Amino acid sequence: MKKIEAVIKPFKLNEVKDALNEVGVQGMTASEVKGFGRQKGHTEIYRGSEYIVDFLPKVKIEIVLPDSQVSSAVDAIIKSARTGKIGDGKVFVSTVEEAVRIRTDERGEKAV
Amino acid sequence: MIYSEAADATIEERVAKLEAAKPVVNSGDNAWLLTSSALVLMMPAPGLALFYGGLVRRKNVLATMMHSMVLMGLISVVWMVYGYSIAFGEGNAFFGSPTQYFLLKGVGGAPNSDYAATIPHQTFMLFQLMFAIITPALISGAFAERMKFSGFVLFMLLWVTVIYFPLAHMVWSKGGLFNWALGGKIPVLDFAGGTVVHISSGISALVCAFVLGRRIGFPSEPMPPHNVVLSLIGTGLLWVGWFGFNAGSAVGAGELATSAFAATHFSAASATLSWGAAEWFLKGKPSVLGVASGMVAGLATITPASGFVTAPSAVLIGLISGVVCYFAVTKLKAAFGYDDSLDVFGVHGVGSTLGMLMCGLLASAEVNPLIGSTFQTDGKPISLAGGMGQFLNQLKGVLFTVALGAIGTFIILKIVGALVGLRVSEDSEDQGLDLTQHGEKAYND
Repeated sequence: MKKIEAVIKPFKLNEVKDALNEVGVQGMTASEVKGFGRQKGHTEIYRGSEYIVDFLPKVKIEIVLPDSQVSSAVDAIIKSARTGKIGDGKVFVSTVEEAVRIRTDERGEKAV
Repeated sequence: MIYSEAADATIEERVAKLEAAKPVVNSGDNAWLLTSSALVLMMPAPGLALFYGGLVRRKNVLATMMHSMVLMGLISVVWMVYGYSIAFGEGNAFFGSPTQYFLLKGVGGAPNSDYAATIPHQTFMLFQLMFAIITPALISGAFAERMKFSGFVLFMLLWVTVIYFPLAHMVWSKGGLFNWALGGKIPVLDFAGGTVVHISSGISALVCAFVLGRRIGFPSEPMPPHNVVLSLIGTGLLWVGWFGFNAGSAVGAGELATSAFAATHFSAASATLSWGAAEWFLKGKPSVLGVASGMVAGLATITPASGFVTAPSAVLIGLISGVVCYFAVTKLKAAFGYDDSLDVFGVHGVGSTLGMLMCGLLASAEVNPLIGSTFQTDGKPISLAGGMGQFLNQLKGVLFTVALGAIGTFIILKIVGALVGLRVSEDSEDQGLDLTQHGEKAYND
């Protein structure tokens, strides 16, 4: 079992969701987050006071999957979220020890 | 004797005599002054409340709007009890008798021919009340996001009593020191409140910013406006309200009201362009908040001159205003490091000082014939039209207002600080005034 965390541009969320659906991913969690990488931020000026805004709005998607689905899901994310410009985001994959479906108490891959 | 005299006169003569003795209400003038009163009240709320409310952080928006709202209640009641009497009662050169119009005794439907011969005295009282509300509300931008509410209420009560009511008396009341039309010693031209409203609030704001100190985190921590849209709506309402403020100050609905309306509009328009252009040129982009700030600067600057200058002069005043106020807000504040949070001094204090002085140079007896001959020294009329002489008179008015505003505000702040305190605790400032002073949040979703 693996967890995929993908930080993407907010306006790409729908495309990424559709691409994941197509490769059989049935559920996901998305959060509005702020962050920056090499893209850095921008400058805002209010009545002459300049503010450097480092943190830009991003969306983070989290999905937990059986190992067999991971590589197709990662490919789907990369394909759909890419614009080719700096600030497209990143994908992280990590191992998950346990999953539980609260309603039925099912464990492991059956629960995801 | 009286009866025989009356019997000798014709009906026409007797009617003419009565009309001369008793000023008559002109319904056109009264309608315009009542409308203007309502327009001026639109300036503190929602105009200023939105303008200031949008500029603060989201945790302080209600507390900031509350400053304008609560003054509508507080100052109205104080004005009714003794404020109008100190401002417009007959007294000495500095303040009026607090008892003459106590509880508005004798302020009714009959016009007061000294102030406004064609409208009910009560209308004049209401119109002036609205000015007394907006002026202290302007100051509140200087200590936004950190002043304790109890301290605010006490400060404002003392401020209007010690500074506003006397200053209004000096400039606009019969026998006031600076009243050029009604027996003052130093003829200062201030049509709608350059000294009384904008310089007094601007300089007091600066003193407040110094005495209260900076907000925690200023200037290292970003404090951008939480909602510029609110501020822009407020700006639009202020511009419209300002027509009542300036054109209403003609206390009638004749040519002078129209010319003040025109000067007000053209100054605001040109300052809009010059602030925006200055920013575009110096910072690379014309900001919407900058353009809105230019509008307010142009309005505050033309206020004292609005009933005395031509439309082209108003454009010149506005163009200079936008640039000067832009530098006051950006460079002056940064150079001295004070936290006049919403730029009351830079826009209102600096703008109206400029307006007072330019009025001394550009005042025209063609626009306002009264300034050509009304003021007299040793029985000889002296023209107050633009020139070095009137420039110096204007300067005296400005300097006196600055001194009264600065010293008075400093002393009042010390008294209020000792009695109830000026600032909220660090913890409360961190949590925001909406929650800690009023127990509410503006945005609950």
